[in-house]
Amino acid sequence: MIGNFPYIAVIIFIGLGIYTLIFKRNLIKIAIGICLIENGVNLFLITLGFRKGAVAPIYTQAPSGQAMVLPTPQALTLTSIVIGVATTALILSMVMMIYKHYGTIEVNEVRRLRG
Amino acid sequence: MNLSNHTPILILAVPLLAAFLIPIIGKINKKATGIFATLVLGLSLIFTIILAVKILSVGPQIYVFGAKSPFLTLPSGLKFPIRIMFQVDAMGIFMGLITALVSFLGAIYSLAFINKNNGVDNYYSLLLLLTVSMFGMEFTGDIFNFFVFLEIASMASVSLICYRGTDLGEPVEAGFKYMVVSSISALMVLFAVGIFYGEYDVLNIAAIASVMKHSQLDKIALGILVSVLAMKAGAVPVHMWTPDAYSEAPAPITMILVVASQASLYAMFRVVFSLYNITLNTLAVGWIIIIFGLLSMFIGVTMAIIQKDIKRLMAYHAISQTGYMLLGVGVGLAVLANPTALQRYGITAMEGGIFHIMNHAMYKGLLFLTAGALFFRTGTRNLDKMGGLAHYMKYTTIFFIIGAAAIAGLPPFNGFASKILIYESVYKFNPLLSIIAMVVSILTLASFVKVFHSAFLGPKLPQFKEVKEVPRSMVLAMAVLSCIIIFFGLFPDLIVKNLVHPAVMSLIEQFKYTNTVLGGM
Repeated sequence: MIGNFPYIAVIIFIGLGIYTLIFKRNLIKIAIGICLIENGVNLFLITLGFRKGAVAPIYTQAPSGQAMVLPTPQALTLTSIVIGVATTALILSMVMMIYKHYGTIEVNEVRRLRG
Repeated sequence: MNLSNHTPILILAVPLLAAFLIPIIGKINKKATGIFATLVLGLSLIFTIILAVKILSVGPQIYVFGAKSPFLTLPSGLKFPIRIMFQVDAMGIFMGLITALVSFLGAIYSLAFINKNNGVDNYYSLLLLLTVSMFGMEFTGDIFNFFVFLEIASMASVSLICYRGTDLGEPVEAGFKYMVVSSISALMVLFAVGIFYGEYDVLNIAAIASVMKHSQLDKIALGILVSVLAMKAGAVPVHMWTPDAYSEAPAPITMILVVASQASLYAMFRVVFSLYNITLNTLAVGWIIIIFGLLSMFIGVTMAIIQKDIKRLMAYHAISQTGYMLLGVGVGLAVLANPTALQRYGITAMEGGIFHIMNHAMYKGLLFLTAGALFFRTGTRNLDKMGGLAHYMKYTTIFFIIGAAAIAGLPPFNGFASKILIYESVYKFNPLLSIIAMVVSILTLASFVKVFHSAFLGPKLPQFKEVKEVPRSMVLAMAVLSCIIIFFGLFPDLIVKNLVHPAVMSLIEQFKYTNTVLGGM
């Protein structure tokens, strides 16, 4: 049971992220919501590769016979974190540009495109 | 070194390197960047055609990075397909041809269309990156790589949608919506990748397909993948980003964005057919896709009729046309488990759906380009403010008529060729669906008659006295697309037999896809 805690945390992260996206009206908070989902997914990947009592997967330095955690999900997560930084930077720069043109970052007032 | 073995990677590598060279070239001469990007995309188109000829004559190709075989053999003799690889089959190269052609024409059109002084080099750099990411999504044989290319595609396309954002607020608003949608969908794809990896310990699509158990977790992954990829493709329940993004992007980018959405659609078909195939409850999933398709068709076209902004109207038609593809392929999926029905009408329905992808890319691209030409000369997208433009822009008028007739499915043009395939085969599956498809087609014609009437017909208006025909590079891009539309309309058999049928068969016959990689196991 205690081993499943990370998965519960994943669900809480992603659920909170989706809640923020749907119910919050501030563009910065929407950006934070996306970050929350991203963290949840990254935690999910890392948890998948975890083994209890295992060491870091550095092949040349591990004591022989010792179990190692799975390296692939860590590589995937690193890639995903790098992409996430770029996404967040892009979203925040767009929020800045929206503020420059509209003078507000409330979703209700940023509504020139409709119909 | 035999260069022809490396075509799959050259198609991506050349534009990718050029994308990062362009800012340097831009330091010396801004004008040269456009010509350079066009040449690079032309080179990439040539490589794609070479690869297409090879695939259609020899069979699917795999390209493994840094090794001969996709497998890693352990000392104990166990083999694991762990290498990163491209796997290009007839369906992948079909999408690749569309991507190469459309981005090449988009670059030609941009030569005259993008005439702002600052940021031209950024524009072409991002255009090349977008093309590379679409090729990647279509060629990759590794599901994690698919996620990476999906993210590159969304970042490049969002930046391009916001290209006019330095002066205006609306493009940034549209870009923000698209960014939220695409980052959620990419993250959910990554979540599904995690599920697959946790269950099967492999990331290779063919390897996952060969050990697919269709457990409860797989069903969750299927639900996530189908819904988020439909969202990226602009199918109806989550179509709200499409009209904004398509109407605010520069016209050549809109044309390429249509293909980028279709790359997501391709990925959805790949997931359903190559990853799951017969292990699914095909009837239920097929009907879900058909209902997505029907909703997209109907809501798309009814929303289009009331629009006043020409590009927004065409964007709603893009949603509506996506519905046809979903309908055709959905019918094929629904009868996948039933060999007699599959032979009788399932394959034809899928041929219609897949052929429609190509036709839609061509005629919707042409229509967006004509809308861009109108905007280029008149400075407005509002149909109420236009009128009498046929007096000044003769070529554009002809191209618009060709595009409008093709999208409405009138006989000598390519829209008719794929729609008739869909109507006939879907009628045998369920007559009602076919009738709805025809009604939607009539409504499409109605709304394009409205556009034609209010933009082109009527007396000469005083405020458009200065308007003249658009520059040569824009006319050239539109002319090439018109020629392709007419050619496809006159000889549909040639295309269906040589390109579309192999693509459909490579989707249906899952074992071919898996055997290409796992054959040596």
